[in-house]
Amino acid sequence: MVENLRLDFRRLNCPADFWSLRVVDERADCYSVRKNVPQPPSQSVDRGAMLTAHAGGGSGYAATSDLSRDGLQRALDRAADWARASAPRSLIDFRTLPAPAPHGEYASPDADSTRWSRRDWYELLSEESRTAGCDSRIVDWEASVESRTAEHVYLTSAGGEVVQRYRFVMPNLSVTAHAGGDTQIRTLNGYRGLAQQGGESMLERFDFVGSGRRVAHEALQLLRAPNCPGGTMDVLLLPDQMVLQIHESIGHPLELDRILGDERNFAGTSFVTLDMFGTYRYGSDLLNVTFDPTRPEELASYGFDDDGARAEKAHVIRNGILERPLGGAISQARARVAGVANSRADNWNRPPIDRMANLNLEPGDSSLESMISGIERGVLMATNSSWSIDDSRNKFQFGCEWGQLIENGRLTTVVKNPNYRGISANFWRSLARVGNESTVKVLGTPYCGKGEPSQVIRVGHASPACVFTAVDVFGGDS
Amino acid sequence: MGAAVMEHYFYELAALLDRSMAAGEVYTCTLDAEVSDFVRMNHGKVRQSGTVTQQYLRLHLIRGRKHAEHCCTVSGDLVRDRDLVKASLSTLRDTVSDLPDDPHLNYATDVESSRIVKNSALPASEQVVTEVLDAARGLDLVGIYAAGPVYRGFANSLGQRNWHEVASFNLQWSLYHRDDKAVKTAYGGFAWVAADFAAKMLGARDRLSLLAQPARSLEPGSYRAYLTPSAMEEIAGMLCWGGFSGRALATRQSCLFRMKDGTAELDRSVSFAENTADGVAPAFQDEGFARPGSVPLVEEGRLVGSLVSPRTAKEFDLATNGANASEMPDSLDMAAGELRTSDALAALDTGLFIGNLWYLNFSDRPACRVTGMTRFASFWVDKGKIVAPVNVMRFDDSMFRVLGDRLAGLTSERDLVVNGETYRSRSVRSMRLPGAVVSEMAFTL
Repeated sequence: MVENLRLDFRRLNCPADFWSLRVVDERADCYSVRKNVPQPPSQSVDRGAMLTAHAGGGSGYAATSDLSRDGLQRALDRAADWARASAPRSLIDFRTLPAPAPHGEYASPDADSTRWSRRDWYELLSEESRTAGCDSRIVDWEASVESRTAEHVYLTSAGGEVVQRYRFVMPNLSVTAHAGGDTQIRTLNGYRGLAQQGGESMLERFDFVGSGRRVAHEALQLLRAPNCPGGTMDVLLLPDQMVLQIHESIGHPLELDRILGDERNFAGTSFVTLDMFGTYRYGSDLLNVTFDPTRPEELASYGFDDDGARAEKAHVIRNGILERPLGGAISQARARVAGVANSRADNWNRPPIDRMANLNLEPGDSSLESMISGIERGVLMATNSSWSIDDSRNKFQFGCEWGQLIENGRLTTVVKNPNYRGISANFWRSLARVGNESTVKVLGTPYCGKGEPSQVIRVGHASPACVFTAVDVFGGDS
Repeated sequence: MGAAVMEHYFYELAALLDRSMAAGEVYTCTLDAEVSDFVRMNHGKVRQSGTVTQQYLRLHLIRGRKHAEHCCTVSGDLVRDRDLVKASLSTLRDTVSDLPDDPHLNYATDVESSRIVKNSALPASEQVVTEVLDAARGLDLVGIYAAGPVYRGFANSLGQRNWHEVASFNLQWSLYHRDDKAVKTAYGGFAWVAADFAAKMLGARDRLSLLAQPARSLEPGSYRAYLTPSAMEEIAGMLCWGGFSGRALATRQSCLFRMKDGTAELDRSVSFAENTADGVAPAFQDEGFARPGSVPLVEEGRLVGSLVSPRTAKEFDLATNGANASEMPDSLDMAAGELRTSDALAALDTGLFIGNLWYLNFSDRPACRVTGMTRFASFWVDKGKIVAPVNVMRFDDSMFRVLGDRLAGLTSERDLVVNGETYRSRSVRSMRLPGAVVSEMAFTL
């Protein structure tokens, strides 16, 4: 594909200061077994191009699924029209930005290894489905997977050329139990929460084999469990809840385009302001957060962002102090602060905007056992089930599938509907213990929504288990 | 690609598929396409502008009770797409050959063709954006203008052909006073009328002036509240998240399953229907079934129906009513009440005027308990008069209460709220909703 694109790109004509071509070719195989019935397979090929032009200080884009040379030329002409039309009223003078000319390649782990056959997947998913449907109170259950590959090519009129090849495996297992007027849903690390780059070897890292019976058993336990008690207490959040906590109350508020106001009509603004970088105490001394696109198996690793910036690991919060925002080259130029390479588009038909990509909480030195034994009265919470936060990313309320009381340093009663609420600006300052490497899980979600026009993109989060003190905890009504 | 050209292309493509079927094979296919201008604005200027031309062909091959689907982007030029379609068909034939029979396969076998084209001429997007930014001169405007034709097509090897084509625009913008204090407004439709836009902008400017007063922070507690139709859209959206789904009700995952079981009900003034006849979504679905003009869902506070996809119909021995696989309403209609909108503040008396809600989620789904935030122009009202904007508040309450024994009245006027979502494609969903006065709503943070 690359050679043909290179030839076609060279033949494009454009009276603009700069232009680029970004092609995405993503292929997906989706398999599912629900209630022991193999669902019809779904395959897709999503292939298209975005042409971007800068002219007279303005910028425009045009996306097309017509990849013929004529189709690309028409799109480039339209992009240049938009650039010229918007120039007099452009928020940014694009003449002041350097023309990207990146060179490089990136490939996911196992990008070229043999993929499982359809039969292999159906055998595994059927077995997990069979073992999940083990009780008459289990009223619905499903094992599924999305297996994806993608190739991204970025060419620029300044001579840039980047080729990135991805492979993703995203299995899912969900069990619904119902009895006595109540319904409880248990999943394996949340809906599509098991999402990594690379091949099927990730299944071993998450003990997917055998998960059907395990998850069903936990759903039945929740059905018998009392509601989570209310009160102010310590919480021990396991990684499959920590990822949501990081995502919503660190990731989004640090996105530079939010801080600059671009998202105020839709996804919202941020309680973080530009003057906070370098001095603001975001959390306790134990809080260390990195933007890390270099962890091979993590969902949003890459070599270059979609504006051609080379991706490198950087601290955004160090020892609790806010260091830098999550903003790509254009936002950095607008705000005059250093950021990261996170200008990303979810597909060929949407323009790049600031995204959090991989955002990780660095491990500390506490074992899981020591964190539990250090809590006199608290709740362990696992697996996000509910998320809500205000448009400044401050007041939040989150719920989990699974709770277990911690009393006098010991795990005791399983509780259902565990919820907690807080304020981002205070919450991270109550971070009291950070789990060591043995408690870390590398998770992510393919469903982070943002932008106008809207985009849903893959993000990764690696986190240890963590303890927070004096949290407002409560249960459900059911 | 012009509008008529797109329809012609789709039917030519269907004819190609007709000719390609082997003995014993059936196909269904859908085309989801659009040519959309998107102009994003911030601080009264253009942040990003562009055009997206996309065509997705979803082909579904059925042999006996075995079937599979393949979705691909197409160029819109059949000469170039011919090989793509053949490759797609070849992939499907290979896939279907080793699949087991599907007990829940269900597709339309009665041919019901249809054609709806609302292809009004829209002004050039560049011209509209100039008008918008001129009208907002001196104001901190942020928002998006999306416009252009959206196409939905269905065809099958039984000869059914459905075409739905609408050219529309949707401008959604916020005027900011400071920080998170703003007025959000939407203007959408099929023909841009400068006077209508000017009136909406004037109304937004007027409400913006109310935000200049010092904001009030409320203590957690229960408050009387008025929810505008825009705020009601968020609440109705939660009920649509599996609430009316036939499959979710059958498997007790719906937030309304207790209404089905007869252990919960809403106020007698509450009625919901899927009103395809008055919506903007197509009147056919992905397996080719026609949608009835209206499907009653809740009548006088009681659950009377659900949205049943063809697959769910087979699984649970129900009759399908033309729902897509998601079983979400596309054209939800909530019945009006008797309270005139102009009397809403008086009916509220003292309490919270909620212009918009934001980021709702279930805090206890079986109890239909929902949490979320106030957003944009929300005010404290004292004796029927707006006295101050309020800082954002979190609510956490059961909709069995809010739309049940705490519901004090619904307005007699309703708003058509056209969904402005643009994830993957421009939404064709809409809702027709009244405002609501609630005697007590629980706020927690």
